[in-house]
Amino acid sequence: MGAESRAVRLYRTMRLIREFEERCLAMSLTGEIVGGIHPYIGQEAVAAGVCAALTQDDVVASTHRGHGHVLAKGADPKRMLAELLGTTDGLNRGRGGSMHAADVGLGVYGANGIVGAGAPIAAGAAWSFQQRGEDRVAVAFFGDGALSQGVVLEAFNLAALWRLPVVFVCENNGYATSLPVGRALAGDPVERAAAFGLAARAVDGMDAEAVADAAAQAVERCRAGGGPAYLECRTYRFHGHHSYEEQVALNYRDDAEVGDWRARDPLRTQSTRVDEATVRAVDAEITTLIDEAVEFARAGRAPEPHEALDHLYADGTTTRPGVMI
Amino acid sequence: MGALAYITALNQALHDEMARDDRVCVFGEDVRIGLTQTTKGLHERFGDGRVVDTPLSEQAFTSLATGAAMAGQRPVVEYQIPSLLYLVFEQIANQAHKFSLMTGGQVEVPVTYLVPGSGSRSGMAGQHSDHPYSLFAHVGIKTVLPATASDAYGLLLSALRDPDPVAVFAPSALMGTVEEVTGELGPVPLGSARIHRAGEDVTVVATGQCVHTALAVAEAMADEVSVEVVDPRTIYPVDWETIRASAEKTGRLVVIDDANRMSGFAGEVLATAAEQFDLVAPPRRVTRPDGAVIPYALVLDQALLPNGDQLTDAIRAVLK
Ligand SMILES: Cc1ncc(C[n+]2csc(CCOP(=O)(O)OP(=O)(O)O)c2C)c(N)n1
Repeated sequence: MGAESRAVRLYRTMRLIREFEERCLAMSLTGEIVGGIHPYIGQEAVAAGVCAALTQDDVVASTHRGHGHVLAKGADPKRMLAELLGTTDGLNRGRGGSMHAADVGLGVYGANGIVGAGAPIAAGAAWSFQQRGEDRVAVAFFGDGALSQGVVLEAFNLAALWRLPVVFVCENNGYATSLPVGRALAGDPVERAAAFGLAARAVDGMDAEAVADAAAQAVERCRAGGGPAYLECRTYRFHGHHSYEEQVALNYRDDAEVGDWRARDPLRTQSTRVDEATVRAVDAEITTLIDEAVEFARAGRAPEPHEALDHLYADGTTTRPGVMI
Repeated sequence: MGALAYITALNQALHDEMARDDRVCVFGEDVRIGLTQTTKGLHERFGDGRVVDTPLSEQAFTSLATGAAMAGQRPVVEYQIPSLLYLVFEQIANQAHKFSLMTGGQVEVPVTYLVPGSGSRSGMAGQHSDHPYSLFAHVGIKTVLPATASDAYGLLLSALRDPDPVAVFAPSALMGTVEEVTGELGPVPLGSARIHRAGEDVTVVATGQCVHTALAVAEAMADEVSVEVVDPRTIYPVDWETIRASAEKTGRLVVIDDANRMSGFAGEVLATAAEQFDLVAPPRRVTRPDGAVIPYALVLDQALLPNGDQLTDAIRAVLK
């Protein structure tokens, strides 16, 4: 395993995310996963490529569309799926679900339900690494929609001003829910980031090797004290914004557009760089892994209602009950 | 110990805790020069890495503190104006406060939000005169409101050592006051009330600078009625046991709280009393009016703040 090529590792990570997500989507549609999910299918090259440049000590702050980032950083798919089923075996003991899944031990500071919220949090982690002279880097993932959030631009400024070891990764999938990026953003986002002094560039977000190369450069620059970077990954989501979209017919993208991007499926591209036997072996390995994850998650136990506010305070402070007789 | 100024107490707590724990760091606007005086001398002593002058980016530096806390620091964030907390309510109430529960206990977010100069600043008008601690209590953020210098020292120290986010509101009316402190300074546990004056006939629960109003009124009415003055000190979580014991001893309750009446802390004390306390008369509260926005003209500013005359009337009303 140790000598396995990066090409195979990238393929495996993407396959893991894809299978996980396809299974989750199905389980959302049956209602087994409550609240639905924001499917990452189509964008796997970004999470796989960026996380390939990180060590376990590096941290990531993720988004509402976070499953791919959490898995690529190394979270156990069994516990991730258990989290989505809300059981006590979940990463967050069933308290977070899809939009808050976190594995802090692996440096995953959590998916986040508020667009753009992770950018200053990642910058804060980077600030503390810098202060303590630790060789660690933070990554903030966000979508193109987040570029309209003031707090993200504030974070760019602080990170550039203080040369923080943080990489801002924008997954430009062309849409913020239904709003096309052309109707949302003035100017070019790469130039915008560059104007803050971030080392900024765009990369093909459908190509895991290209993302991994660009991310490795950005991360290296951070480790060498060169200051923060902005990486815009041009990508696409194959499914709706949220699994809810599969249930109600929303129409904002034409089929030809979706078809063109699907023809550039990042898994297919990566599979051409790995020999066929390995692809088959990885596919079989992942299918088994996900089958086991489903079994594990389904066997979990729901938390008890009286535990609903457990973990609200780190020191165990308890609250008054809301109904008193 | 001797005379201790309120502002010095806050400053001293920061000095002492930063010396004790090198994870404590300060973010804020003009904190190097100590514009508000609370951070005075910290930069000279602890340097750039621990006392960080930020650009005017409240939303970013509030969440920067969250990220730094998750990565192992114990940041203090100072805000120059209480209403800036509206700007960063997302970052505090929706991010920092929720991470412990949402991650199933994987992280602690030990950030202290320090607001030196909360409440009316006489003449600073609408956007600089709010006292928004009830909002924080409502969402469940640990919230303290020290009324004296020794409590300011002790509560800030506890806030800095607490594993959760804690908001510390230092009333502007008290920043320049001085307390005669006997004995050593030490931490004051969060969620513990202080009985400032023992009495038999009426319990006055007073917060922040209203504690001093209540003590003055109690003194002035001493011939007429024996007033017990209780300061919860922590707006959330509340020391209900001390408040209940006092209210049930006297059987009568008045709350004086310098915040808007609607959905405020005083209303919560009255509601709890109505549900659970054994009183002999309906309780009363003295507060700012509903939805008050403090006007510029000093006479109008003061007209909206709870005062001693109103408290005197309320005490007489519960005695009837
Ligand atoms: C601050 C904020 N505004 C609105 C929302 C509702 N919302 C959730 S996801 C989303 C679209 C985000 O688009 P983008 O940032 O491009 O990410 P993508 O969904 O494309 O991955 C919106 C509007 C939110 N969660 N947070």
